[in-house]
Amino acid sequence: MSRQHDVKRYPGFGWLTIVFFAWLYLPLLVVVVYSFNANRIAGVWTGFSLDWYAAALKNVPLMNALKTSVTVALIATAVATSVALMAALAIIRGRNVRFRRLSETVVNLPLLLPEIVLAVASLILFSLVGIQNGMLKLILAHSAFCTPFAFLPIRARLQGMNLDFEEASADLYASRWTTFRRVTLPLIFPGVFSGAMLAFLISMDDFITSNMLASGGTTTLPVYIFSLIRSGTSPELNAIGTLMILASLILATIALLVAGRGTRNT
Amino acid sequence: MDRDKAVEVRGVSKSFGSYQALKSVSFDIGANEFFTMLGPSGCGKTTLLRMLAGFESPDSGAVLLNRREVTSIPPHKRRVNTVFQSYALFPHMTLEQNVAYGLENLGWERAKIRARTGEMLERVHMSAFASRKPAQLSGGQRQRVALARALAPEPEILLLDEPLSALDLKLRQAMRDELRNLQRDTGITFVFVTHDQEEALDMSDRIAVLGAGEVQQIGTPTQIYEEPVNRFVADFVGETNFLDVEVLEAQADRAVIRSALGTFEAPATKLMQKGPATLSLRPEKINLGDQAAGVITLDAKVISQNYMGGFTHYTLEAGGVTLRASRRNASRQGDLVPSGEAITIGFLPASARVLAS
Amino acid sequence: MRRLTHNLPFWGLLPAWLLMGFALILPILIIAAVSLATRGSHGGFSWDFNLSGYSQILFNEGWSGELEFTPQYLLIIGRTYLLAGLTTLICLVFALPVAWYISRQSPGMRALLVYLVTLPFWVSMILRVYAWMIILGKDGPLPRFLENFGLAPGTSFMFNDGATLVAMVYTCMPLMVLPIYASIEKLDLTLIEASHDLHGNRLTTFRRVILPLTAPGIISGAILVFVPSLGAVLEPVLMGGGKQMMMGSLIQLQFGGGRNWPFGAAIAMVLMGLVMLLLIFTALRAARRQAGMEATA
Repeated sequence: MSRQHDVKRYPGFGWLTIVFFAWLYLPLLVVVVYSFNANRIAGVWTGFSLDWYAAALKNVPLMNALKTSVTVALIATAVATSVALMAALAIIRGRNVRFRRLSETVVNLPLLLPEIVLAVASLILFSLVGIQNGMLKLILAHSAFCTPFAFLPIRARLQGMNLDFEEASADLYASRWTTFRRVTLPLIFPGVFSGAMLAFLISMDDFITSNMLASGGTTTLPVYIFSLIRSGTSPELNAIGTLMILASLILATIALLVAGRGTRNT
Repeated sequence: MDRDKAVEVRGVSKSFGSYQALKSVSFDIGANEFFTMLGPSGCGKTTLLRMLAGFESPDSGAVLLNRREVTSIPPHKRRVNTVFQSYALFPHMTLEQNVAYGLENLGWERAKIRARTGEMLERVHMSAFASRKPAQLSGGQRQRVALARALAPEPEILLLDEPLSALDLKLRQAMRDELRNLQRDTGITFVFVTHDQEEALDMSDRIAVLGAGEVQQIGTPTQIYEEPVNRFVADFVGETNFLDVEVLEAQADRAVIRSALGTFEAPATKLMQKGPATLSLRPEKINLGDQAAGVITLDAKVISQNYMGGFTHYTLEAGGVTLRASRRNASRQGDLVPSGEAITIGFLPASARVLAS
Repeated sequence: MRRLTHNLPFWGLLPAWLLMGFALILPILIIAAVSLATRGSHGGFSWDFNLSGYSQILFNEGWSGELEFTPQYLLIIGRTYLLAGLTTLICLVFALPVAWYISRQSPGMRALLVYLVTLPFWVSMILRVYAWMIILGKDGPLPRFLENFGLAPGTSFMFNDGATLVAMVYTCMPLMVLPIYASIEKLDLTLIEASHDLHGNRLTTFRRVILPLTAPGIISGAILVFVPSLGAVLEPVLMGGGKQMMMGSLIQLQFGGGRNWPFGAAIAMVLMGLVMLLLIFTALRAARRQAGMEATA
């Protein structure tokens, strides 16, 4: 069959797609390339250098911000994933659940509202309630807005899972807990993993809320980068950016591989 | 006699919303029996099976397994195992782990689990695949593993939910024999659910025909096929001609009827009353042409024929009614009677059956 | 009545309700209250009922308390809608053919391309905006490239609505491509062949077969892009500069410098209200569609 007559192909779409991907990746490439530039002024290339990487790794506030971000993200991910897993089990598998749809909407609420509204809302709440601990504020807010990101993949996985497996387990003398541990959890694991990865990503990436709640010791990575950008772009920032792009690439690939392994199983 | 009852279903009813799936169903299943629940989809047979397994509980009524009431006992505490229609083999476990799963939950010793798992896989000819995952198996192989997994814990009763429906024709035939042999060898009570009448007739000791949430008839395959108790059973199991007739005289299990094919005496369901009734006459009981031997013979005209290979189905007109008849193609070609041709047909009244309308 | 369940309807949902109740629902109620409170003299607010948070959106309060209409915040609201709408439209125009092209590839290639669409999404949002600051910036590659050809010398590409739009489209694009791709992939291709078989040309087929059948994906993509775009903060702050504000950056400003909490809360309420209206409208539409389909089925 000749290509011209294939009614399911549209001419020019291929070229457009190539341009699209170039547009998608060129900006990131620019950051990477400039990170190796010896010159202080970003636009002028004066030679290859790794100096900015050395500077970045020695940058104490940067490392502190990274530590804050990772700590908050890890705890928020753990909280959000647990909350989401329990909610998904109750909503999808529970019987006689009242307010099922309302509960689902509530869990997904952070997705439906502009983040700036949530950020402002938590700022006012924490100042009214009198929570002083900056980390606690960040963790609470991050846990809340990460929950739907953890919830959606878990819910999808649970919904796509054949009920027969759980019944077969009960039929083979497994108690509810055994069934959950040995059948349900392993089968929905890719969903739980994707959800946790997504929650971690969203927490690490968050600027709006973290910036709003930021106080002395709780500068997260994006907030720190924002302050760097504000004080003028520097090649060191490009080096930091490149390292972050690299880290994202690795995380994304791991997430994809685990999720892919899961889909093959069912 | 009572001791031999493996399953007792007593007045079980079940509704899903406004839909009544089961309407006060009662029956018993004997120990060591191959018992089949046969019916069209939506007749309630799967709901019944799920109640025996414990996945569903009745709105009212009771279920007894080996004389013990289990109505509110959860599935994992019933010595009953199920072969699922989808097989439901755990995709993240190897075949060995799948078969061992039930034994582990029963708290068997490690060595015993090993031995039993090996034995069961051997029995279904799957030993070579013990460390594979279900995704690497064909449909027939999955079916065998599902059987091994369900039989490994030595259940008192094995439930089979349309286990052959996903297999192709040849494999299905082979599995029928294998299932039957397995049941004879193990002596375990098999409760089999199917919508395929051929499967039911072939394998079962007894069949319960279910329709519209009720048990229509329980009996041996011959009883179900030759002595259906009502129109539903006669229609669902096998093919048949229904004729409107009038009962002139009724006795215990016989009736004299007047029909388009003549007036004669035929077997009837019990408690037949005078007046309008239905005659069921199966196509293969009508003999054609040179095979037309029988007490009652008539002239008929061929309207059309469907050549099926081993048989030819004829649509005939006789005495003002349309009849379907089938004839074995005993010799090569030649037998075919062309449309429009006149032919003699005959049947034995004893092979017909009078049913209430 | 026991079908197999994990039986945690109540305590399973409890953590979710507690977390969302404390960190989300309660704060939103508070923000609604604050929008009606009185601004404090040194930031913050006091609990005195006052509508000035809302009236400030339209009116400037003069010396003697007279209200004078001022369009500056209406302009910001208008810009917010315009930029979010344009972002959605541009994303849609590019996402459709790209998603279509991806769906026509072999399964392996499809997986790779979808992965490539997703990948930038894993990169920090602030970095993705920053990349465009470099490209469009004073000594950036784009102005230099154009200057080499004698084009647009000395033009600043930064700190205007166009720059904000570029960054918004860039950050939102994967959110549009993925749902559209998902709905195109599910499309039964024989339907397209059937349309051509019944003498429909490409345009007719696209308009009357493809578009209606991929509408759910297009709508969810549009919402996924439009809602966050309305609340955009980073793009207008970094790309648009301080002056070209959107609602998100305006709200941030009111809280950031401890300026005017009730006013910020009022803007936040307006933003939230607009988003809610939109979501309710689409939900109703979807429900009506569903009902229509069930009626015909």
